[in-house]
Amino acid sequence: MSIGSTPLKFRVTIDPERCMNCGRCVENCSYGVFRKEGDSIRINSRNCAACHRCIAFCPRDAIEIEEQPGDYRSHPVWTREVREAIFNQARTGRIILSGMGNAKPYPIIFDQLVLDACQVTNPSIDPLREPMELRTYLGKKPASLSLRPLPDGEVELRTKLTPNLQIETPIMIGHMSYGAISLNAQTALAKAVSRIGTFMGTGEGGLHESLYPYQDHMIVQVASGRFGVDINYLERGAAIEIKIGQGAKPGIGGHLPGDKVCTDISCTRMIPEGSDAISPAPHHDIYSIEDLKQLVRSLKEATEWKKPVFVKIAAVHNSAAIAAGIARSGADAVVVDGFRGGSGATPRVFRDHVGIPVEAAVASVDAKLRDQGIRNEVSIIASGGIRESADVAKIICLGADAVYIGTSALVAMGCRVCGTCYKGTCAWGIATQKPELVQRLDPETNAVQVENLIHGWTLELAELMGAAGINSIESLRGNRDRLRGYMLDEGLLEVLDVKTVGA
Amino acid sequence: MGAVHINAKDIHYTQLNEQIRTIVARGGKEIILDNILGQRFIGDGLRGDDVTITINGVPGGDLAMFMSGPTIIVHGNADHAPGNTMDKGAVIIHGSAGDAVAHSMRGGRIYVRDNIGYRGGIHMKQYKGKRPILVVGGSAQAFLGEYMAGGLLIVLGLNDAAPVSERGVGSGIHGGEIIVRGEVEERYLGTGAKQEPLTSEQRAEILPVIEDFARVFTIDKEPLLAADYSRITAAHARPFANKYTWE
Repeated sequence: MSIGSTPLKFRVTIDPERCMNCGRCVENCSYGVFRKEGDSIRINSRNCAACHRCIAFCPRDAIEIEEQPGDYRSHPVWTREVREAIFNQARTGRIILSGMGNAKPYPIIFDQLVLDACQVTNPSIDPLREPMELRTYLGKKPASLSLRPLPDGEVELRTKLTPNLQIETPIMIGHMSYGAISLNAQTALAKAVSRIGTFMGTGEGGLHESLYPYQDHMIVQVASGRFGVDINYLERGAAIEIKIGQGAKPGIGGHLPGDKVCTDISCTRMIPEGSDAISPAPHHDIYSIEDLKQLVRSLKEATEWKKPVFVKIAAVHNSAAIAAGIARSGADAVVVDGFRGGSGATPRVFRDHVGIPVEAAVASVDAKLRDQGIRNEVSIIASGGIRESADVAKIICLGADAVYIGTSALVAMGCRVCGTCYKGTCAWGIATQKPELVQRLDPETNAVQVENLIHGWTLELAELMGAAGINSIESLRGNRDRLRGYMLDEGLLEVLDVKTVGA
Repeated sequence: MGAVHINAKDIHYTQLNEQIRTIVARGGKEIILDNILGQRFIGDGLRGDDVTITINGVPGGDLAMFMSGPTIIVHGNADHAPGNTMDKGAVIIHGSAGDAVAHSMRGGRIYVRDNIGYRGGIHMKQYKGKRPILVVGGSAQAFLGEYMAGGLLIVLGLNDAAPVSERGVGSGIHGGEIIVRGEVEERYLGTGAKQEPLTSEQRAEILPVIEDFARVFTIDKEPLLAADYSRITAAHARPFANKYTWE
């Protein structure tokens, strides 16, 4: 142990004046910070993940958690994170696994974009008084329509339309698998999207049978491991999504360790209990855009061309060209997952260093598809780091049709973004499969909270649109004129196709 | 309903599959497809445990993908990934097949009389009563049984070539077994794969499969039953277990 122990990440203290020794902190902490010894509660701060479960359940506000109480000598280059990663790898010689999304303090483009509002020359619209059209259709739109007048004065539409997904708000919940999150968490999300009239993704974990009642609001995922994929699963989904990449780990696959594959997960993923679930980095039947086209068509063929097929890619340097290929593959939507997208477990080096922000990726994908005259062939779904309704409005202005939220929905269920998902001991019952922790998350209560969040954002979106004099989401989409860049450099303004503030 | 013939000349795969589905829905048990020339996705997602489809010609890629039940007999070669993510049923190929045969297959049987391309049996898995079987009469190319998570893959090397003499055999294998007649040169084994001679119990388990293969293709079974076999499996149950450390 030549390296010795490192300074505490968090110090937990209990104010003895306030504590009434009820022991709720002991019961609630799943990381082993608190223990009762006789009449007093002892604390091991080193185990703390700052998930705040203890704080949330302390009836007397007696607990305080202080971040980095004792720090290293400060240094702008050799940060605490850098030093601790070196200690870790010097000890283990392994790849560092982390949770949640990108933790580097890169500037956030969303926060350097501002929205427009009407003043004098065109009136703003009051959503209380006027209808605001937020309904969105995801999927292919015909390039032209062929109509034939009928003798009775009616008109017949001769163009064959392809199936679209109808969403009542451009906010969906992204793919978080059963395995990454608990069944109670998935159930809460499923109830919420069903009530709102939107959709959620299953992730690559199959579809648990208790979620069948919500299947009309589920997008089933086909990823490189093909876990849980059979014809029944494909037919159950409202749409099918091929996962090529994930913003939190572009270019690599995933490994669900065997110790997390319990009986129920084994059934849903259709693999033996306790076996590693390994999703290879590529789909081994897709080595080219032509192969992707074949997978898209095989899924459509299997489901008799009744379901839209989405393709999800991580936002990377050449996203625009890749998306143009996807648009020609027969896919109905491309999901662009930015480098802030979350993950239950991802190598830290990928989470923090690989991929690009969703704002730039979506803007360039939209521009490329328009340049090539194929924007109508695919919808664009943006995901990865959508934190509030303003982000939704801004990314739609940059060309997205809709968004997927992930972390935001988890936060609505109590997640404190502690980033310790990979340990499998989430005290909030979200990123865990331990029955005693999962049962803490009541699906119904949490469904209401997630529903509230999406409802609140939808109201705000309607207000933002109304203020900009826009009464239909169609008119907001790709409407870069309603955005201005604040302190963004010229190169980025060009990529976003947005003018600077004042211009 | 007796055997139903479809002349597939110049028919698009979607129309072809529609016709097949309609016949199966009406109770047809035996379908014969003539003049197949490159149509992909034949039998894609098709159900029907007692349905047999005979293909005269060369089907395109992803034959029997997601299929759950039927038997498909091909009199000709097949393109890439026959039996892709297949769940149940059988595919019998009187010829050779392309790359990624039985990709992610979860159940059922695939017999290929001659050779297969790269990545044969990649990521085959098994689950409860489902244990997929891929038997190749001839030889296989590189990355045979890569990422294999379950099932049984047998390569017999009947065409006077070694069953496999290219690299990456069982690379990343973490379940299931690859059986080859004779043995694979050690240098061709992929990361995480190990090779051992068959025990008599293991031999007793696979011989009925080989016998069935010989019966289906009317091959003399005796030399096959008398031959020596090697078994390639995961060197460690958790090949990725020691790769990571928590943040």
